[in-house]
Amino acid sequence: MLENLSGRLAGVVKSLRGQARITEANVQDTLRQVRLALLEADVALPVVKDFIEAVKTRALGQEVLTSLSPGQALIGIVHEELTRLMGGENAELNLAATPPAVILMAGLQGSGKTTTSGKLALLLKNRKKKVLLASVDVYRPAAIDQLRQLGKQLDVAFFEAGDERDPLKIAQAAQDHARKQFYDVLIVDTAGRLAIDEAMMNEIKALHAAVRPIETLFVVDAMQGQDAVNVAKAFNEALPLTGVVLTKLDGDARGGAALSVRHITGKPLKFIGVGEKPTGLEAFHPERMAQRILGMGDVLSLIEQAQGSVDLAEAKKLADKVKKGKDFDLEDFKAQIQQMRKMGGLSALMDKLPGAGQMTMPAGADDKAINRVEGIINSMTPLERRKPDIIKASRKRRIAAGAGVQVQEVNKLLNQFEQAQKMMKMMGKGGLSKMMRGMKGMLPGMR
Amino acid sequence: MFSFFKPKPPAAEPATPATPVESAPLPVESRPGWAQRLKQGLAKTRDRLGGQLAGLFGVGRKIDAELFEELETILITADVGVDATQALLDTLQKKVRRENLTEASDLQAALKQALVDLLTPLQAPLDVTPHKPFILMLAGVNGAGKTTTIGKLAKLYQSQGLSVLLAAGDTFRAAAREQLQVWGERNNVTVVSQEKGDSAAVIFDAIQAARARNIDVVLADTAGRLPTQLHLMEEIRKVKRVIEKAIPGAPHEVLLVLDANTGQNAVTQVKAFDDALGVTGLVLTKLDGTAKGGAIAAIAHACLARPRSIPVRYIGVGETVDDLRPFDAREFVEAVFTA
Ligand SMILES: Nc1nc2c(ncn2[C@@H]2O[C@H](COP(=O)(O)OP(=O)(O)OP(=O)(O)O)[C@@H](O)[C@H]2O)c(=O)[nH]1
Ligand SMILES: Nc1nc2c(ncn2[C@@H]2O[C@H](COP(=O)(O)OP(=O)(O)OP(=O)(O)O)[C@@H](O)[C@H]2O)c(=O)[nH]1
Ligand SMILES: [Mg+2]
Ligand SMILES: [Mg+2]
Repeated sequence: MLENLSGRLAGVVKSLRGQARITEANVQDTLRQVRLALLEADVALPVVKDFIEAVKTRALGQEVLTSLSPGQALIGIVHEELTRLMGGENAELNLAATPPAVILMAGLQGSGKTTTSGKLALLLKNRKKKVLLASVDVYRPAAIDQLRQLGKQLDVAFFEAGDERDPLKIAQAAQDHARKQFYDVLIVDTAGRLAIDEAMMNEIKALHAAVRPIETLFVVDAMQGQDAVNVAKAFNEALPLTGVVLTKLDGDARGGAALSVRHITGKPLKFIGVGEKPTGLEAFHPERMAQRILGMGDVLSLIEQAQGSVDLAEAKKLADKVKKGKDFDLEDFKAQIQQMRKMGGLSALMDKLPGAGQMTMPAGADDKAINRVEGIINSMTPLERRKPDIIKASRKRRIAAGAGVQVQEVNKLLNQFEQAQKMMKMMGKGGLSKMMRGMKGMLPGMR
Repeated sequence: MFSFFKPKPPAAEPATPATPVESAPLPVESRPGWAQRLKQGLAKTRDRLGGQLAGLFGVGRKIDAELFEELETILITADVGVDATQALLDTLQKKVRRENLTEASDLQAALKQALVDLLTPLQAPLDVTPHKPFILMLAGVNGAGKTTTIGKLAKLYQSQGLSVLLAAGDTFRAAAREQLQVWGERNNVTVVSQEKGDSAAVIFDAIQAARARNIDVVLADTAGRLPTQLHLMEEIRKVKRVIEKAIPGAPHEVLLVLDANTGQNAVTQVKAFDDALGVTGLVLTKLDGTAKGGAIAAIAHACLARPRSIPVRYIGVGETVDDLRPFDAREFVEAVFTA
């Protein structure tokens, strides 16, 4: 998918290069490619149509026609327009209510409501808020227990509903309790529901009316397809949504649903979910999301930079090796790391890669880590680099001493190398970009 | 170390205070019944698509470029994806030329047939009787419906006179084990789980227990994972290896559970899980909603380029234990794509 689009857009730029101006036919063609790209990213068709109209209006204006570099200008407009549509600003959580401020979670089955409830609780706890979690999901097996366990894990209070089975009564009791115990925030997790399930939609309307939340968050799975528009429309009509949370962005879905939902509801995307753990919540950045949906990141500049600075012969040698299924050894590992450094280091690379911008960079997974890894490999003998299997305890101690690190770090590196080795086998004849993307996984501390 | 969780009494499981709220049967009466909801869901789908199609293929209308564009719209909005849609339209276009079709209505049958042709290779029911115990392993991305599907499958196989055992292989997500245990209670089947320990160990124990008790079918749950999480993909590979070690030739079925709401990422999921595990069957859940599950056509199309296609064993049409059906290509096309 990704390669597809990058290829497409690169093709577009090429076809536009060397032309002083864009003809109307020319633009049509380009826009068709963008249209396909958006559809492949799961942006809903009606939304794609609106978007293409908006871009067309701008692209056919002077800006592009008089531009010196028509291709860049056009892609620029696509990107800008997408960013604009996606929100332009990054919306904060609103808690300006008489305490307890209530946050109501809503969404389809399995979208990530309960997990996000836990994540929000942690976020607010870290902001020194006194938070109470409550679940009114009396339907799904162990749904309540799931939130209870999250509360325990995070050391955040959980409202025990006892034998009560009526979601409305549970919510009211929780609110009561929160008021009496002076909680700042009450997070109400609800059962997943289909937008066409009238009884369940009525239930959540009643819940909303009862607890009068300051935030009603619609939780959307980033992998959702075309139906996102229908579901978003139904939830938006049933409830006065105040914001959207897009979950599971740590995957490789391009996340076109973000645009669909934003377009249909007009509500700000407030957070993104980037992992299963309670810390996997981040603010939403429209520009990064636009890049991800387009799948181009800064592909163009990456390609240029790659051509300029990466030793192509070296890269090819490696690719050949992988293709032939030859052993990928620590020498190769080091070569890869050196190439990465030539390209401006890990952080620069991460910024440029489509989708990678959404990844969290855990502590330690920075350019310093690259240095450390290189240091460790440098302390190895050529034989050790070729046959890492021979590196046992005493060799490890020597290498660690040589590199000025703990033995655990040597172990970690060897583990990572093993992973990388497996990955290289998996990737087979993957191209450069694939290879670079894969490298993220091999660096210290990264998932 | 591990405990057999017997439906009644639940005393054997110390870590699971039986919460009356959760272990109580679903208050189904407050929600529309599954059959009704399925009808509702499919009716909505039908209304929209059927309505569109009826207009498109109406009497007297001729085949033209606009018609093809409208068709494209219908397929795309069903998540069929750009590539598969283009392939389907190409097929139709060729047919129009070859057979000199002019009436729009002729196109309806042709489209249905093209879809049925695409999906029929995916229709192959699962027989769990050739091995005993027959080991099924369920995998998939987070929240796709793995655990719920296990609950439904337990009922299905039991109704076929087979004894079933569940393995609580999701040792990661909060209350994943408790969730499976409730499904065990509902079906009155044993759930093997461990207080601590990794997925592979739990499933290994479950298989040993199944052998000792002469059980027919073992359903192994696993934690949801995204294919980008390489270490988790490695972990599930290990789970499979351990199953193989427990019983050579097992797992006998590796089911990948897909959410019908998923867009084009479904294709990526199939590839990634297949590469890691050798997926032998798919389950498409949540078809009772408005999502049409057309990604299955995108998958079928993508599979054309692969050495084998992976059958859709079951579809999920609701949240209760009965909401599972075998996949039938023609029925699927009739219900989801046409009037
Ligand atoms: N990788 C990843 N997984 C996530 C994220 N958010 C949620 N999940 C996982 O998605 C699955 C479903 O999440 P839940 O929080 O249970 O979803 P829910 O909406 O409460 O589900 P129901 O209550 O059953 O409707 C779980 O396996 C979560 O761990 C995320 O941002 N990234
Ligand atoms: N409407 C509907 N909901 C379903 C169906 N199958 C599962 N669900 C719901 O989807 C949500 C997620 O289901 P689970 O079985 O917990 O999914 P899972 O894949 O085990 O999730 P993780 O273990 O967290 O990755 C739950 O709320 C289920 O009730 C279905 O066919 N239709
Ligand atoms: Mg939940
Ligand atoms: Mg599960």
